This record gives sequence, C-alpha cells and structure tokens, in this order.
Amino acid sequence: MSNIEERVKKIIAEQLGVKEEEVVNAASFVEDLGADSLDTVELVMALEEEFETEIPDEEAEKITTVQLAIDYVSAHQ
Amino acid sequence: MSRRRVVVTGMGMLTPLGNTVKDTWDCILAGKSGAAMIEHFDASEFSTRFSASIKNFDITEYMNPKDARKMDLFIQYGMAAASQAIKDSGIEVTDANATRIGCAVGSGIGGLSLIESTHNTLNKSGPRRISPFFVPGSIINMISGNLAIKYGLKGPNIAITTACTTGTHNIGSAMRMIQYGDADVMLAGGAEMATTELGLGGFAAARALSTRNDDPQKASRPWDRDRDGFVLGDGAGVLVVEEYEHAKARGAHIYCELSGLGMSDDAYHMTSPPATGEGAATSMANAIRDAGLNPDQIHYINAHGTSTLAGDLAETNAAKLVFGNSLSALRMSSTKSMTGHLLGAAGAVEAIFSILAIRDQVAPPTINLDDPSDGCDLNYVAHHAQPCVIEATVSNSFGFGGTNGTLVFRKI
Repeated sequence: MSNIEERVKKIIAEQLGVKEEEVVNAASFVEDLGADSLDTVELVMALEEEFETEIPDEEAEKITTVQLAIDYVSAHQ
Repeated sequence: MSRRRVVVTGMGMLTPLGNTVKDTWDCILAGKSGAAMIEHFDASEFSTRFSASIKNFDITEYMNPKDARKMDLFIQYGMAAASQAIKDSGIEVTDANATRIGCAVGSGIGGLSLIESTHNTLNKSGPRRISPFFVPGSIINMISGNLAIKYGLKGPNIAITTACTTGTHNIGSAMRMIQYGDADVMLAGGAEMATTELGLGGFAAARALSTRNDDPQKASRPWDRDRDGFVLGDGAGVLVVEEYEHAKARGAHIYCELSGLGMSDDAYHMTSPPATGEGAATSMANAIRDAGLNPDQIHYINAHGTSTLAGDLAETNAAKLVFGNSLSALRMSSTKSMTGHLLGAAGAVEAIFSILAIRDQVAPPTINLDDPSDGCDLNYVAHHAQPCVIEATVSNSFGFGGTNGTLVFRKI
C-alpha cells in the first residue's frame, strides 16, 4: 500500500511540477496544486502508464485529489 | 490619414552562434560558423549529417520547466527570444496599455519534433497515450498565444506562416498594424526547430541541403562556385516594434526606423526562383518605395542568400534590376554563411543583423566566399566585415511557394 502511495505522489509531483512535500493526501489537483483541466488529463495518463491500467474517462473525472488517486490505483491493482 | 511611423525598440535572439543578440553579433562580425555535426539524433543514414542548431539552451532562464514541458522547442525558442526583446525594450504592460500591445511571431514549420514523437507514441501505445498538450504544444500560433498569456498582451495576436519568409512577413505585418492604428507596440518575428529526422530528411529529399559532411563549417557558401545547398538551422528572433511617438514619450532607446515592407510572389515553381529574380526584384522595389526612399539611399542588403545554386544567382540578378546604377556603392552579404538557414526565424534574425549594421555602421561578412561563380559579381563583403556608412538597409526573405518579403530599416 505505502509503495503505491509513494509512486502515485511521485508521479503527481513530476506531472504538476510541484515539490513532493506539497503532495499531501488531501491536496486537490486544481485548487491546491495548480493544475488545469489538461494537466489532470495528462496526470491520469501518467498513472495509467505507471500502473499498467486503463482508467475510463468517467472514472478519471472523479479523481480530483491525491487520496482519490491513491484509492483508485489501490482498488484496481 | 497619414501613416504612423514605426521604430524598433527591443531585440532578442537565439541562433546557432549564440543565445543572445550580443553573443551572436560578436560571432557574425568575427566571421564564425555555427554549423556542426548533428548529435541530437542519429543522422548516420541521412545524406546530410550536420546542421546549425542551438547549443547550451536553458529554458529555465525564461520559464518554469513544467510549462516548458508542454511546448515544442520551437515555441520555447520563440518565448526566449521574445523575453529578451521585451526586457531590452523596457516596455511595461499595464491595464491601460495591454490592449494596445500585440504579437506576430510565426514559424515556418512548427512543432515537428513533437509531431514526430507523438506519432511514435501513437504507433507504440495507441491513441489513449496522445498527450492533451500535443496540439497546443505544436501548432504555429502558440508562441504568440503563450506570449499573450505570459505578459498579459491583449492586442492583435497572429502568426503568419510563409515558409522562409515567415519572420519578415510577421515583422512587416506588425509594422502595418502599428501604422494603421491597430496597436501601438508589437512583438514580431519567428522561430524554428526543424533539425529533426523529418525536417532534415525532407529538405534533403528536395535536394535543398549541402552534403559537405566532411567540413560543415564550410558548407554554407553563398555565391561561391562550390556551393551545393543550404545548411538547416534552428533559432528565433523577435523585435519589439513601436509607434514612434509612443516610444519617444516613454523615453525608450530607439534602434532605428522600420520604414518599408515589400511583398510579391514568383508564380513560378514550388521550390525554385526564376533565374531573372523578377519576383525578388518586385519585392525589393515595393519595400523601398514603401519606405519613401530611392534605391541609391540603400547602403546594405542582408540577402536571403541561402547558398543554393539557383537562389543566389537569382537574388544577384534581382539586385541588378532594382539598383542599376547605384550597384557599385552597394554591399550585399549573406549572414546565412554563418548562421545557416533558420527558415521561419531567418527573416527575424536577419532583420536584427540589418538593424545592427546601421547601429555599428558595418556590413557583416559572407564567409566561405572564396571564388564567386559566374554572374555573381557584386560586393558580397567576402570573408571580413566592412565598416562603412549605412543610412538604410534592406533585408530579404524568399520562401517555398515563391513568396517574397523585404523590409527596409532606416537610421533615425
């Protein structure tokens, strides 16, 4: 579990160009980490790539915070 | 209504010779070449294996890496040159003037690297892996678009694309917008990064490139008997052009007046000019007339001069048609002998060289011109820069499709 959390946070930090310590579980991509709608699309693609999974668009739209990303990946491993 | 006067108040550039105006100009006056073997991809299968590419570029001097990652290199080059130009001009964007400041920065080809790499991703991983930044990161108007966002520029925002005449047409059109009151200040120029597999391969297939692989720095040799094509180059040039009274009122440093634009087309062939140089002559004559000058008042021409067999001779013939009796006092050189051919950025960086020629009263050289070929018999400023009186200059650009553009700069 913690391994997934670390990997998710690392990808978010890279994709959104923020420091890893800013990527706290409660952080919202748009409101806290400065992402726009295109950034979040690309972030989901990076998560798909890293975890070799496919996230349907209707699910991807709901992944708006760090915790929700961790939850989604954990549930679909 | 009389047309308003337009002056140049800022300049920025990245070229194969240096990543600022000063570094590049120092190399130009010293007659250095920016050509080198290609190292940024494996060019071993290509008939031409060298280019004039940008070296030691650090985008973090200009923007944060997160934003840069969403832009093809040609956009990054354009943004960097524009940042330098804005800083040089001292212009401050405020709520009051934002709608009066615009952008006209184009590119000949656009985001070729990103198009190639995204196509590779598509083939390898399928359509779901195409980045949402692919389109905004590769289309040609996104230098102008990103500049507007970065600096809050709410005036006219365009990006003309006319192959190798791009930079010249953007600067000339920006001048017109200021003359006719659409804007008071414009960022204008061009950027290019086409030394990619498709770019190099495409120009090589058109037999446009020099294949002097054993000596790249001698490959660009305009008007020389042994010339065998141009050297593909990358870079960007951006000017800040401004209405004269506006520049004076804010105490701006004024480099010179941008006083003429001429345009024409050869209506002849996709990639070659007619030997007579008629289209080029029309463009030059139009620009000189637009500037309100006579041909004998032009002291220096920065030629298109790409080092192709047909083009160099045609431009010489064009100059003879336009300048006639005043040819003996005229200097015409090709700085592409040093920078290579920067395609959509060429007209912009060469506009800057034409301006600096006025500032420093010196005609930059044409290097590698050891033995002019038959019919090439003007003063091309061979090998070494020539100090001389320069009141007004002409900068020529000619592009695929036969499109010609000429700018006139004048001492003020």
